[in-house]
Amino acid sequence: MSPSPSPTAATAATPLLAVRGLSKSFAGFPALDGVDVTLRHGEIHALLGENGAGKSTFIKAITGVVTRDAGTVTLDGAPVAPRSADEALKAGIATVYQEVNLLPNLTVAQNLFLGRQPTRFGLVREVEMRRRSIALLRDFDLDIDVGAPLGDYSVAVQHLVAIARAVDMSARILILDEPTASLDAHEVEILFRVMRNLAGKGLGILFVTHFLDQVYAITDRITVLRNGRLVGERETAALPRMELIRMMLGRELSEAASEHPAKAATEAAPDAGGAIRFEGFGKAGYVAPFDLALASGQVVGLAGLLGSGRTETARLLFGVESADHGRLTIDGEAVRLASPRDAIRHGFGYCPEERKTEGIVAELTVRENIVLALQARRGALHPLSRREQDAIAQRFITMLDIRPPDPERPIGLLSGGNQQKALLARWLATEPRLLILDEPTRGIDVGAHAEIIRLIRQLCTEGLALVVISSELEEIVSYADRVIVMRDRRQTAVLEGEAVNVTAILQAIAADTPPLAA
Amino acid sequence: MTRYLPVIVTAAVFALGYAICALQFPAFLSTRVIANLLTDNAFLGILAVGMTFVIISGGIDLSVGSVVGFTTVFLALAIETWGIPPLAAFMLVLFVATLFGATMGALIQGFDMPPFIVTLAGMFLARGASFLLSTESIPVTAPLYSAVSDFAFRLPGGGRLSVVGMVMLAVFFAGGIALHLTRFGANVYALGGSRVSTGLMGITVGRHTAAIYALSSFLAGLSGIVFSLYTSSGYSLSAVGVELDTIAAVVIGGTLLTGGHGFMIGTFLGVLMQGLIQTYINFDGTLSSWWTKIVTGVLLFAFIAFQQATLALARRSVRGATAKGATP
Ligand SMILES: Nc1ncnc2c1ncn2[C@@H]1O[C@H](COP(=O)(O)OP(=O)(O)OP(=O)(O)O)[C@@H](O)[C@H]1O
Ligand SMILES: [Mg+2]
Repeated sequence: MSPSPSPTAATAATPLLAVRGLSKSFAGFPALDGVDVTLRHGEIHALLGENGAGKSTFIKAITGVVTRDAGTVTLDGAPVAPRSADEALKAGIATVYQEVNLLPNLTVAQNLFLGRQPTRFGLVREVEMRRRSIALLRDFDLDIDVGAPLGDYSVAVQHLVAIARAVDMSARILILDEPTASLDAHEVEILFRVMRNLAGKGLGILFVTHFLDQVYAITDRITVLRNGRLVGERETAALPRMELIRMMLGRELSEAASEHPAKAATEAAPDAGGAIRFEGFGKAGYVAPFDLALASGQVVGLAGLLGSGRTETARLLFGVESADHGRLTIDGEAVRLASPRDAIRHGFGYCPEERKTEGIVAELTVRENIVLALQARRGALHPLSRREQDAIAQRFITMLDIRPPDPERPIGLLSGGNQQKALLARWLATEPRLLILDEPTRGIDVGAHAEIIRLIRQLCTEGLALVVISSELEEIVSYADRVIVMRDRRQTAVLEGEAVNVTAILQAIAADTPPLAA
Repeated sequence: MTRYLPVIVTAAVFALGYAICALQFPAFLSTRVIANLLTDNAFLGILAVGMTFVIISGGIDLSVGSVVGFTTVFLALAIETWGIPPLAAFMLVLFVATLFGATMGALIQGFDMPPFIVTLAGMFLARGASFLLSTESIPVTAPLYSAVSDFAFRLPGGGRLSVVGMVMLAVFFAGGIALHLTRFGANVYALGGSRVSTGLMGITVGRHTAAIYALSSFLAGLSGIVFSLYTSSGYSLSAVGVELDTIAAVVIGGTLLTGGHGFMIGTFLGVLMQGLIQTYINFDGTLSSWWTKIVTGVLLFAFIAFQQATLALARRSVRGATAKGATP
């Protein structure tokens, strides 16, 4: 895909990066077992595998963030053994780790240039640094105040800043561990443009993602890992998608789950009585007032670009932000929604997008994380017995295929995708009547992805009402009865029934004049 | 804007306090009182500069008071008993102190130990070492000492800006530049934000941790020299508990104990605030000097409560702004 640079005879013979026999165990449990990966000059190389396959561990073992047990890494034929991120950077390997690692308390410009600020007589040249930051972010179509603290910006912007920093520092190799997990389609396009540009200059790029469309759109070759072992290395163009999935999962993805069959014809009319109704709900300067009625069994999708107000709407619905106008009625009765605690009491659940900061408690075990919300809802006076906790944890670990299936492991040690599953389990365990999911399938592998969508559908037939925010329109279309399109923090369109299809949603997102004035 | 709020509040409270003092005792407006404020708090100020670095980096240094005590005893013995020239003795003690701090920093990083524990051990160690050297109060009679205390920069209005006062101002100035305008300073903030992230961004966390504690101990050594010059003596019980006054000054100056946020100017104001209370009590004449502690305690409490409130506010506004950077 990327234009290959004309490699000299020498570089054509020696790969840019050759990893041989890389192994790593955590407390006797092998996370990587003799993995070989070869990255060529000017190549975009996908590293794929299920959640917990060992992709992130592989990356950290190369850059020296975790020590490797065995194996060699050669860079242009010369062995390298960085012992820290710092040494890897010096060797020319820049990485964006899966947990976006930047500093919210520093400004955007400081984050971009930390450790390499332009200086004169030892003093940081702030003006010059900001000028360069603006120029750097322009490549990503990002026009923000680089003097503001990074923490003021959304996850996606923070992620883009992290990528921009790595891109700017990458001398020979750029490694991106699920960089697109919080980006929308437009931003992914921008990222791809930057990646192609770098590959054109002869850099090698190692790219981890769970979006197979992206794999086929941008990568030249693919390496697949499964359970810490190398499954194989292929040319992207010569590897059919079904074959790729089989390599990743080690089995066929069942037909029913692999594609999105038309949802069961929705006869669940928004009946007036037994429903959750938000009327004129909104908060000045946050989200414009909106109406939202949810009958049980209904799925409402929230679509829109990044920053269109989807997450903000979810936070209002769950009482994280308190609305300053409008009212909420449940089964015809007006109720107060001033805090998440109120929301939980009414049987609402909310699975946020920022799982690191708002979701998981890294030190607690998987079991404790799963029962957290259920326990909170029951109150401190009605503790769940250990046996109940074990039963619940076990049920969801099996249902969502959380790996390793050990309820007593601190959740921080799980792979990113498995943490996401545990978080979903936390809210499912409360058996809510309204569940709000923000990007529920981000960072989740193809197998589990299908599994989660199936689960969502099943829950709805059991009477759960669902609000789902997702940037994957096909996914929304596959289960939503109604899609609300948002722009500039207001609802601009509501699509129902036949109108729920990808084209219509795209049109509504792009429309200049809001088709719906109310 | 919320970033500057704590410092602005500190400045406002200080100005208000000063105005009240000046209304009651017009002499507060004289350069003499101002110069004395600087001289009397010089050793505390120098310590507070080091502490600001440590706290912003997410740590704490409980050993500084003991290092001051050790330094005064060491200097008194070196100059009076061992016959080492004062300037050489200064160099020597600064070297020892810096090494001491670097070791604490290395232990904190190397064994992943909490700074609280390591510097608490350091505190006992340094205090114990000074008792080993001598338990007496030893006067220092070197000519350099009297020369230094005689020398002063005369201000209009009769104030005398002493050498130790000037040293403190210079340390604050240099500390402010290092913290706010250098790469090292940015890394200190970064460490306070997240040690893991800082490491993954390619900053050598270990080396910086060692450097930060070395700096704090170096400044504690310098503060000890200033204390020794100021009192012209060495005593193993000097500056007991001063580490807590120092931490109080830094926190009153608006620096968050959790790290990652703070300003050097805030610490300067925090030090002056404590000095102001002490001076007021001296002027009043009837109040016990322990009132300084009580007022400091109240202020500290008020500031921490205030910081929590602004933090909560800031968090809310961050949420409101989550989508501010989107460019569809
Ligand atoms: N520090 C650690 N201690 C113990 N086990 C760990 C640690 N880090 C990772 N593991 C385990 O190693 C395995 C591989 O994890 P890794 O994070 O590399 O997966 P991944 O392929 O990146 O998955 P994902 O797609 O979910 O991000 C997992 O089973 C995980 O639980
Ligand atoms: Mg991973």
